[in-house]
Amino acid sequence: MSDRTDNIHDLDEVRSAFNVERIRRDFPILHQEIYGQPLVYLDNAATMQKPNAVIDAMSHFYATDYANVHRGVHALSQRADAAFQQARKKVQTFINADDWREIVFVRGATEAINLVVRSYGGHHINAGDEILITEMEHHANIVPWQMLCDEVGCVLRVCPINDAGEIDLNTFEQMLNCKTKMVAVAHVSNALGTINPVREIVELAHAHNIPVLLDGAQAVPHTSVDVQALDCDFYVFSGHKLYAPSGIGVLYGKAELLESMPPWQGGGDMIMRVTFEGTQFNRIPYKFEAGTPDIVGVIGLAAAIDYIEAIGLGPIAAHEEALLQAATDALNDIEGVRIIGTAANKSSVLSFVIDGVHPHDIGTIMDKQGIAIRAGHHCAMPVMQHFCVPATARASFAVYNTMEEVAVLASGIHNVIEVFA
Amino acid sequence: MDDLRDLYEEVILDHNRNPRNFNRKAENGNCEAHGFNPLCGDEFTIHMAVEEGVINDVSFTGVGCAISTASASLMTAAVKGKTVAEAEALFASVHELLTDEKGEDVTDKVGKLKVLAGVKEYPMRVKCATLAWHTMHAAMENKESTICTE
Repeated sequence: MSDRTDNIHDLDEVRSAFNVERIRRDFPILHQEIYGQPLVYLDNAATMQKPNAVIDAMSHFYATDYANVHRGVHALSQRADAAFQQARKKVQTFINADDWREIVFVRGATEAINLVVRSYGGHHINAGDEILITEMEHHANIVPWQMLCDEVGCVLRVCPINDAGEIDLNTFEQMLNCKTKMVAVAHVSNALGTINPVREIVELAHAHNIPVLLDGAQAVPHTSVDVQALDCDFYVFSGHKLYAPSGIGVLYGKAELLESMPPWQGGGDMIMRVTFEGTQFNRIPYKFEAGTPDIVGVIGLAAAIDYIEAIGLGPIAAHEEALLQAATDALNDIEGVRIIGTAANKSSVLSFVIDGVHPHDIGTIMDKQGIAIRAGHHCAMPVMQHFCVPATARASFAVYNTMEEVAVLASGIHNVIEVFA
Repeated sequence: MDDLRDLYEEVILDHNRNPRNFNRKAENGNCEAHGFNPLCGDEFTIHMAVEEGVINDVSFTGVGCAISTASASLMTAAVKGKTVAEAEALFASVHELLTDEKGEDVTDKVGKLKVLAGVKEYPMRVKCATLAWHTMHAAMENKESTICTE
């Protein structure tokens, strides 16, 4: 019988002192040229690249252990089942959930929010009730709630942000009332990088007995998350922004809440017993996992967590903080560049605009220099409206980015300005 | 960096800096359409005065990147005074110039607009260059709805 897939990479070397050059060797995609220039990948807030530890764990699993989960008595099925369950427990430990049953596998943060909206919202939120979000939310944390509002007649309320891209906790508190039935807030803003005071938000909401969903898609890769310390009711994130494959994500929900919620999709795996007269649903988390899950995505997610933990989120955060600071200083020194999102507490995201140059043109000219950044509204159109810009350019950092790349970013921006001068 | 000049030609930069027929309504305008590229937020309204099949005036308002702004500006300059049929034919030629779908050499047919040829190398930007044209097409057909490049 083969070893568990997470043992195929020796992570001891990764565990040694933080060394970005050593880390870069783990990411095969980074070692290529784009238009004859070394690739500088700064689109990490959109999605992150994958280390060999993840790529190989997935291909090794397909090559040696793959079978469907939860159903077979044969050896491969048992191995797949054990690896799948081990991965769920790894996610539980990663965010310090109390119980593995509180970890529901979904396609990504978007699907996790939709699950909560459909199942919790559809069951507990009624006409006239209010849902409180913030002005900096990703469309994934706006549109599903709007759809619910259209269906049941509840009201979406939006806590404004200031010109630094921060919410004011007093304003936030004043917007809570007896009609508020859900607070849904980004832990970290994907467009601005703002780290929200989520612990305080949860406390304020809980003082009114309001459950809180935190969108952690941009937070989990950069900071260690403890859902019990946060005391949030739901926490969602995507694997692909965490060095894991696309197509896998996690919904954390407190057990008693998940138990009170009806299933949102029907099918295999989510049932205990089916007759034509009726169906008895499975326990949590299986109740919310109809059909064959993204088994190998889950294996990849577990490998990514192992990889991140071998480096340590502390050193990762310190490295990214240094990159963000250096990039912020460099951009502040360039005349005509304006940084969008200047919150006191920021993470890994640097949105900016250049006088007289549309972000889309910035994106193309940077690409021509081998620099991958995002140009657009970042699925946060209301944020763009707040700052009166059609779009921004955004550089975002990950564990494998270097100070040299920050310098290339700055010189790339100088070249953009030169083309348009 | 030098091959960027193929995309950001001086003519394109000039039309981006000083767009022609921009930020005004068409004189005696009688049709208009709104175009939107949700991917990058480019958003134009094309205003036209069309009488007896002739485009007497055409202008545009809105916000866009250099490629879409220059293309809109060049377009208004090119079609003013032309017939609707000529403008549609020019759109077809510009579309071919940008996409090379039929492998036809349209350089002679597009005149000044050949500066847009560099866009062909940047598939993600073709929508930027065609936004104003699709919108003009809709305006001439007097469609009420927003034209969306997605």
